[in-house]
Amino acid sequence: MVQEDKVLDARGLNCPLPILRTKKALGELNSGQVLKVVATDPGAVKDFEAFSKQTKNPLLEQAEAGGEFVFFIQKA
Amino acid sequence: MDEKKLAIIATKGTLDWGYPPFILASTAAALGYSVEIFFTFYGLQLLKKDLGHLRVSPLGNPAMPMPVPMPTLAMILPGMEGMATSMMKSKMKAKGVASLEELRELCVEAEVRMIACQMTVDLFEFDTADFIDGIELGGAAAFFEFAGEADITLFI
Repeated sequence: MVQEDKVLDARGLNCPLPILRTKKALGELNSGQVLKVVATDPGAVKDFEAFSKQTKNPLLEQAEAGGEFVFFIQKA
Repeated sequence: MDEKKLAIIATKGTLDWGYPPFILASTAAALGYSVEIFFTFYGLQLLKKDLGHLRVSPLGNPAMPMPVPMPTLAMILPGMEGMATSMMKSKMKAKGVASLEELRELCVEAEVRMIACQMTVDLFEFDTADFIDGIELGGAAAFFEFAGEADITLFI
């Protein structure tokens, strides 16, 4: 299990807010640190993969449980 | 790799069509793009400090979902536009969709460059003092200066 350094609650937010808040939260981390994001927008799954690929911040792990999507993103 | 560039022309000033320019611009900025939006004609409404005046009209828009099917002629009744506008606003709030002001603020924070078309500002006699801070004025040539080097250009 990946250990996070910071948690971002993006539940109830819709596109593009989860990505925009994630970008902001990553800006407050140091390289190598991990951000955990919890979201409820089903579109977030594809968006976080695309965000990770384009910004080169690795998406270490993702999971879904009870309508919530959890992402662990490492700051490049 | 050089920074990617996105150029957008925003031409519409309704509550619904105000979203695409700001959603795409803020997201592109988050992905590392350098972004410029050129606001012209009715798109200039999106630059006003207060966006409370933006409306959405069901008139001439048969694709707009309505709670009950309505004949086109009913759309011209007084109050229909106000009803459609407040319906859309409350739905957006309930679904966690950002307000236009919030998205625009995120664009400003992300240093999205915003240019107001000088010709249409003059044509419609907009007062640039009503616009948010940081707006530049320019013409078509100013747009091409950026768009000529853009990877993506959108007309909205």
